[in-house]
Amino acid sequence: MSGEASRNLTAVIVDDEELARAVLREMLKAHPEIEILGECANGFEAVKTVSERKPDLLFLDIQMPKLDGFEVLELIGSDIAVIFATAYDQHALRAFEVHAVDYLLKPVAADRFEVALERAKQRLGAPLSPPVTELAASARQPGHYSERIVVKDGTRVHIIPVAKLDYVEAQDDYVALAAQGKKHLKQQTISSLEAVLDPKNFLRIHRSYMVNLERVTKVEPYGKDSHIAILSDGTRLPVSRAGYARLRSLLDGQSA
Amino acid sequence: MHPILGHMRQLGLYLLAWIPLAVLLLYLLASPGGISLPQAMGMVLPLCLIYAFMCLSAWYSCRGAPLGTSTFSRLALTHLLAALVISGIWVLIARGLASVLASLQMFRGLDQRFAPDYPLLFASGVMIYLLAVALHYVLLSVEHARELEKREIQARVLARDSELKALKAQVNPHFLFNSLNSISALTSIDAGRARDMCIQLADFLRKTLGMGEKTVIPLREELALVRSFLSVEKVRFGARLMVEENVASEALDFAVPPLLLQPLVENAVAHGISNLTEGGWIRINVQRGNGNITGTGGKEDGAEKRLPQDASGAPGNELMIQVENNFDPEMPRRRGAGVGLVNVRQRLATRYGERASFEVRTESDRFRVSMVIPAEKMEAGL
Repeated sequence: MSGEASRNLTAVIVDDEELARAVLREMLKAHPEIEILGECANGFEAVKTVSERKPDLLFLDIQMPKLDGFEVLELIGSDIAVIFATAYDQHALRAFEVHAVDYLLKPVAADRFEVALERAKQRLGAPLSPPVTELAASARQPGHYSERIVVKDGTRVHIIPVAKLDYVEAQDDYVALAAQGKKHLKQQTISSLEAVLDPKNFLRIHRSYMVNLERVTKVEPYGKDSHIAILSDGTRLPVSRAGYARLRSLLDGQSA
Repeated sequence: MHPILGHMRQLGLYLLAWIPLAVLLLYLLASPGGISLPQAMGMVLPLCLIYAFMCLSAWYSCRGAPLGTSTFSRLALTHLLAALVISGIWVLIARGLASVLASLQMFRGLDQRFAPDYPLLFASGVMIYLLAVALHYVLLSVEHARELEKREIQARVLARDSELKALKAQVNPHFLFNSLNSISALTSIDAGRARDMCIQLADFLRKTLGMGEKTVIPLREELALVRSFLSVEKVRFGARLMVEENVASEALDFAVPPLLLQPLVENAVAHGISNLTEGGWIRINVQRGNGNITGTGGKEDGAEKRLPQDASGAPGNELMIQVENNFDPEMPRRRGAGVGLVNVRQRLATRYGERASFEVRTESDRFRVSMVIPAEKMEAGL
């Protein structure tokens, strides 16, 4: 029976352990309507395969080499139904916060797998969920800040340690991340990025700018009511009135 | 138990303290015109001995009215009343003694001559009893403090023991669930390997559980546990997991705390191998020697430094243990990292104190834990 409801789906399996992939592969055998496009053993491969082959469904391990499952999800966008499969149940809450379809615990039970698959099929028929990047960012626990930022450039993935980040500039729906003389574009708002960066090191000095405080060498008045920050590489960034007030209170707080 | 009556030494000291009191009484009673010194001694010595023991009864009234909780009026009333009664009894005994002694040639007429001194005797009896009360309160508080200290130490030892036991018996749930998942995968791919892995896993769990009870085990057993752990992980990671073991055979029979190496190896797998796409290596080195491993590495040649062999060839009195692995420096440190390290470090410190050292060193993509512990032989009964 090939009714209109059961359209063919494509899937990619991501897990660094061969045997873990084998379990999912075997369980998918019972579903001829799902075609496995590929298998990946790490986060980089996953991002590459997903952007090249655009599967409907992604089985994603969380702890993996290179990029973890959450970072992969952050980079691949939101039109894919993601099912996490992991032995690490402390991530369950976060998985649902980033709108994963389901969360399978290893060892994976067959009936539980069927439930997850059913949910995924329903999700694929439903309207798009909010951008995953925002959610992935908001799902971090308070007090725990990102140590690195992942950026996708075509099928390549750049990892920028936050310590190497000079400043961030908002550009419409994107942010430009300036690090070591290069700029990387990422589809994310500056506010959601602000939320995951440690406020001790990064300060929003302007509606469109956030700066790594270690890079700031000088702050000079610039015109009436506004200032300009000069970074160690000579870059000049505008500082708004509110930004200047924040900067002052932070510096006063440090010297006190 | 009574703090003075119960111990011969304390009793001896207490009676010694009575000698000055007896001398004082002698001085007060003997007078040139009245009672002669030998007569006074005949009275005072037995009376002091008797009263010394009577005063020990203050212990019971002191316990009945603890300083901390009783009101002042209750304290004053209890002890004054007791002092009056005890001293009264003592005076009665003195009269009896005087009349008995008076029948002797030497003490003739003593009872009459002693009569004016009874009020003095009664007053000193009251004073001495109150002194005894003070002494007993001091003894009580000393005993109380000692008791508290003992209980605190016991509690601390108990807490540490149970903590250690819990740490030792800990099996990492991630390891367990991932292994079960591997077995689940193998059941349909290769039933024989699935069974093998079940047995390896059971073997590891049995060994781990058995170690919670022991304080030390031979290094040989610890290495067997490590191998059993790695054989399970080898199924999960396949060729990605490479292990190099370099253990001096003479070190195998020395005593080490249980689960000294296994948590370090587990750490190496979790933070090293599992993050490396192409796999990684773990090196376990154990040598017997002298001096510390860490001090020699940082001097001139920062390059690969092997464990220093004992140049003289004499057997060393220390075990030098290293667990080294490579890792991906680009991966952020996961939370929960280092719990195993802290655990091992604490256990070494508890067991060996200053005699053991523990050092963690990260060099580009290498992570190394170096430990030095005293080389102790396993003893029977440990």
